[in-house]
Amino acid sequence: MGVLENIIIIAYLALVGYLGFVGYKQTKNTEDYLIAGRDTHPFIMALSYGATFISTAAIVGFGGVAAWLGNSLLWLTFFNIFVGIFVAFVFLGNPTRKMGYRLNAHTFPEFLGKRFDSKFIQMFGAIIILLFMPLYATAVLIGGTHFIALYFSVDYHMALLVFSIIITAYVIAGGLKGVMLTDALQGSIMFIAMIILLFVTFDSLGGISEAFSKLDSVWTTTVIEPLSSVSIKDLKPGSPDFMMKLSTLWGFEGWNKMPIFLSNGWLFVITTIVFGVGIGVLAQPQLIVRFMTVSSKRELNRAVLIGGVFILSMTGIVFIVGSLTNAWYYEFNEGRNALQSAGSIGKVIPHFINTAMPKWFSFIFLFALISAAMSTLSSQFHTMGTAVGRDLIEQLSKKDMNSMLITRIGIIIMILISVSLAYMFDKQPAIIARSTAIFFALCASIFLPSFIGGLFWKRVTTTGAISSMLIGFVVSSFWLLFVHFKEAKALGFCKALFGTHSLIGGKIAFIDALIIALPLSTLVLIVVSLLSKPSSNEHLKVCYED
Amino acid sequence: MESFDIGVSAAFWLTIASALLCIYYGAVNWNKGAEEKVDKNIEQWAQEEDKIDEEL
Repeated sequence: MGVLENIIIIAYLALVGYLGFVGYKQTKNTEDYLIAGRDTHPFIMALSYGATFISTAAIVGFGGVAAWLGNSLLWLTFFNIFVGIFVAFVFLGNPTRKMGYRLNAHTFPEFLGKRFDSKFIQMFGAIIILLFMPLYATAVLIGGTHFIALYFSVDYHMALLVFSIIITAYVIAGGLKGVMLTDALQGSIMFIAMIILLFVTFDSLGGISEAFSKLDSVWTTTVIEPLSSVSIKDLKPGSPDFMMKLSTLWGFEGWNKMPIFLSNGWLFVITTIVFGVGIGVLAQPQLIVRFMTVSSKRELNRAVLIGGVFILSMTGIVFIVGSLTNAWYYEFNEGRNALQSAGSIGKVIPHFINTAMPKWFSFIFLFALISAAMSTLSSQFHTMGTAVGRDLIEQLSKKDMNSMLITRIGIIIMILISVSLAYMFDKQPAIIARSTAIFFALCASIFLPSFIGGLFWKRVTTTGAISSMLIGFVVSSFWLLFVHFKEAKALGFCKALFGTHSLIGGKIAFIDALIIALPLSTLVLIVVSLLSKPSSNEHLKVCYED
Repeated sequence: MESFDIGVSAAFWLTIASALLCIYYGAVNWNKGAEEKVDKNIEQWAQEEDKIDEEL
């Protein structure tokens, strides 16, 4: 490693430390620590929202999936921007901000608990976060640590220790102000790296149209011609050719084409990837809380512009580049496609960066990946800490407690749990690899109907909200444990109990849990609310009127 | 982009259109919505005044 690289690393760490310190200095009370004082700048809010949403897995994992399955993943980018930014900020952001202020809510579970005047809802929300977010955080932690260990040639456990200490320091000290300020810095680094990545990729492939048109011939030469007469049973499971053959059996016909309508591949892309992540984002506690960090609708309006451009430059670019790696490898690596060249889905993006990009860019990209991991992790740790402190311990305790102190203790506990899991499972068992999808499906099914219903429909009752959350939890858990082909296989309960990976085989096993559980929990919310006693006018007045 | 089929083409152009929509919405409403801002200091001051009045 050269002197310049060392200087840049030290400068980066110093800047992160400085922003954490600024957060610490600006944190005077609980409101500052939990929701950044409700006066965050729109640029910081938008970048923090985007950088929290986009983790290393979104760049490396989904970029690799795009190299495997192609540009059909652009539907997810459309959902990320239209649903995750436009709908979220324009339609949900301001009502959440205003209601959160009226109810003096500092966390997402507290928001729901106060809207429905139920301690049970607040604690249930916290328990869901505490049960499932540590696995999601562990996945991000393992991903980020592997990159650091690989690039700097250091031991995984040592890298994990240093990485965790840095994040712990600024999350504990700076609270949400520190988290959001560092998120903004990290988001800016990610933005710059992705723009460079796009330009260099198009440039190396002779322009935009040329680059995309090459994908068709690469598909024919590296997938159709060599694999059409080969049985998948003759291929080594998990090998590049096995994965490409599998994609053709699932209904994929090229990197520039959608899979055949209602084929297994279509159901996987549309229900699991596009709807699972694209709609699931609306119910993420660590993102929703950001709507309560700004002081007016004006900040949210400005954040729409910044957030839209940011997300386009993240998933939009990584999916396009992921697909185009096939054309690049074909041209510069003896006629092979991306998976054949890199070895597996998860290795495509790092391999491509190291092989196709200039050395200086590899270094910048490493920072982008570390930034993506740190921004997601810091927000997860903060959310888990508030769930422990504010939503559980404070609710269970009869005495008045110092929220800031309890949250800090909560953050330390949750960091210790997540780091211990990452320490034990550096090889990432299947359950952790699927934890992001599990968390998104659960959050959407459990929280989304009550969250949106609570914002816009006065007739939603506490009983309706509790019933909807419980049904969402039970149905999505059942689907994840016993039906969906990816999670049911990874979790292993179905195999242990019934000797099969999925109780319902065929195409149904490819439908994401959210598609089944979300409509059911919505229906239960409506029916039970209409059948139960409405909330009192006094309570509704507090929720809806300034 | 000519090599995209209709499904991928739709996704690509909808992505671009939604990003432009975000830019347009953000630019047009850049200075709107500030009137909803709640001045916390004034509100807190008003609450304290009410409390003092009640006590008196």
